[in-house]
Amino acid sequence: MDAEKPSSWWEHFPHDADMGIRGIGHSKVEAFEQAALALTAITINPDTIHPNLKRTFSCEAPDDELLFVDWLNALVCEMDTDKMVFTRFHVMINDHHLEGTAWGEPIHRHRHEPAVEVKGATYTELSVRQLPNGSWLAQCVVDV
Amino acid sequence: MDLSLLTPASENEWHILPTGKMRVPGIVYASENLVREMDHKVYEQITNVATLPGIVQASYAMPDAHWGYGFPIGGVAAFDADRGGVVSAGGVGFDISCGVRALYTGLKKRDIEPFKQTLADLLYQNVPAGVGSTGRLHLDTKGMNAMLSGGAQWAIKQGYGRPEDLNRIEEQGRMQGALPEYVSDQAKKRQQDEMGTLGSGNHYLEIQEVVETFHDPLAQQLGIQTGDILVSIHCGSRGLGHQIGTEFLKKMVIAAGQYGITLPDRELACAPIDSPLGQEYLGAMRAAINCALANRQIVTHLVRQAFAEILPHADLSLMYDVSHNTCKVEEHRVGNQSRRLFVHRKGATRAFGPGHPDIPPDLQTIGQPVLIGGTMGTASYLLVGTAESMNMAYGSACHGAGRSMSRHQATRQWKGGKVIDDLAKEGILIRSPSKRGVAEEAPGAYKDVTAVVDAAEAAQLARKVAKMRPLICIKG
Repeated sequence: MDAEKPSSWWEHFPHDADMGIRGIGHSKVEAFEQAALALTAITINPDTIHPNLKRTFSCEAPDDELLFVDWLNALVCEMDTDKMVFTRFHVMINDHHLEGTAWGEPIHRHRHEPAVEVKGATYTELSVRQLPNGSWLAQCVVDV
Repeated sequence: MDLSLLTPASENEWHILPTGKMRVPGIVYASENLVREMDHKVYEQITNVATLPGIVQASYAMPDAHWGYGFPIGGVAAFDADRGGVVSAGGVGFDISCGVRALYTGLKKRDIEPFKQTLADLLYQNVPAGVGSTGRLHLDTKGMNAMLSGGAQWAIKQGYGRPEDLNRIEEQGRMQGALPEYVSDQAKKRQQDEMGTLGSGNHYLEIQEVVETFHDPLAQQLGIQTGDILVSIHCGSRGLGHQIGTEFLKKMVIAAGQYGITLPDRELACAPIDSPLGQEYLGAMRAAINCALANRQIVTHLVRQAFAEILPHADLSLMYDVSHNTCKVEEHRVGNQSRRLFVHRKGATRAFGPGHPDIPPDLQTIGQPVLIGGTMGTASYLLVGTAESMNMAYGSACHGAGRSMSRHQATRQWKGGKVIDDLAKEGILIRSPSKRGVAEEAPGAYKDVTAVVDAAEAAQLARKVAKMRPLICIKG
C-alpha cells in the first residue's frame, strides 16, 4: 500500500440517545464500505462473523448523502428481515446508483451475542465528503 | 444548554424568543439544572422545529429532552392543516408508537419472592427479546393487513388478551384511519415474524414493586398501594415502524422542494398534511401505531401465560397503555378557539387532564395515567395528566429519564456481567441475551429519572402518583 495514502477505517461517534457511524477510505466507495462495518459493529463484533453467504443490493438516490443512507438502510432491512449479519462489503457507485455486495451469515445469538439492533440510518450528522488530505468520509447517526 | 439563550417564565418554564425563520417561540419545561445539562443540539432542534410551516403556538421540549434526530427526543409540536401545516416523519421517528403499558397483578412482593428466579426464567423464555428474535406468530398478507387495521382489537380477536383490556388503551386499542395499502411490502416483510417481540435497546419487560405513593386518593382511585406488584412492558412497532419511518423520510426529503418547504435539517422531512404524500404517511403511520398496540397486546398475553403457570392466582388486568412516538389529530383550545391539530409527540407521552373525552370513563375524574420508564436499576413512575397541562403542551409529558451518556461511553465504563451481579445483590434479576446490551443500558448511563419526574410535576405537566422499583427486568 502507498504509505502516503490515508488508510481506511471506521469508528463510532457519540450521540445522546443513539450512535454515530463514520467510515473513512481512499475513495467514496471505501468510505461506504467502512461505514457498513461500523454499522455492523453497533450490534456485533464484525470479526466474529463468517462471510459464508452473499447478498446483493441496489440503491438509487438523488445525491451521495441520500445514497449513503439508502445503502445503510438496505443493510438494516436485510439484517432484520433475514436475520443476517455482515462482515465484508463491496460497493460500486455510478452517478447516483449503487450496487453493493455484503458477505456474512445468519445471526447466531449465542456466538455473536448481539447487543442493540439498528432501527434505521438517519439524516442527522449526515455527511459524505472528500477531506483535505484526499480521503473520503461517510457518516451519519443511526437510530438504535 | 446555555441559559443566556433562554428567558425564564417560571422556575420550570423557559422560553426561546422567535428569531430568524422561527414562526413561533420555543418553550422548555424543565428545572434549571436539567436545562443546563441539555446538549446545545436540543436548543438547535427546538428552534428548527419552530420554523416548520403551520406550527401552532410553540415548539415544546419536555424535562427529559435530549438530542434526537430532527425533533429533540421529548419534543412536542402541533400543526394546523388549514394553515399550511405539515406532518413530519422525522417528528414521529422510527419506532412509531413505541410505548409503555402497566398491568396490575393483585400480588404483593411477598407473593412473588419465593418464585422470583423461576418467574424471571419463564418470562425470558416466553417473551422473545433481543436482536434476531422472532415471535411464534407468522403473519401472511391477509393477516398482516388485518393486524395493521385492527391493532390491539385484532390481537384480542385472535385470542391474545381480554376485551376489557381495550378500555385502558389509547384509541380503544385501534387507531382509526390506518391505511395498510401505504405500508410497503418491505415493511410488511420485516414484521411478518416479529409480532410479540420486545426488541432491544431501551425496551424491556419488568416486574416492579410499588415502593412509594405520593397522593393517596389518586393512588386509591388507580387501585394501587405500596408493596403492590405491577408488570411494565416497553416496546413498539418493531421492524415495520422502522421501515415506514425510513421510507417516508426519504420521500419527504425529496418532495420538500416541490412543496416549497425549506428544511433547516433534512431529518425534519415533512409534507403538507393535505398533500397526497402527507395523507399516505398518515395512513401508514397509523397502521404502524396499530402494529405497536397489537405487539404490546401479544406480549401481554405471553406474560399472562407465564404468570398463570407459576402464580395462577395472579390477575393481570391492564392499568393503561401509552404511546410515545406518534402524530395524532386532537382538538385543543388555542386562544378562544377550539382547533383541530396534528400533534407530534416524539419521545413524549400524551397526558390528558381530568374530564377529557378520550380518557376511559372510570378515570375521568383523575386524568390519564402517564407511565414514565426509568432504568433497570432505579425506578419508574406513575403520574396522571393535569388540567393545567392541557393548556401547556397539548396535554403532554415526558416519557423517560433520557440518556446522560452515549452507548459507547457506557460500555467503556461498565461490564454487563458486573452490572447484572451488582443489581442481583440489590434484589433485581436481569435476563438478557447480551451482556454488552446490558452495559449500554447500565442505570448510570441515564439521567436521574426522579429529577425529570419532579420537574414534570413542578411544571404541572403531570402529577406524581407512585414510584415503582424493578424486581425482574427482561432486556433485549
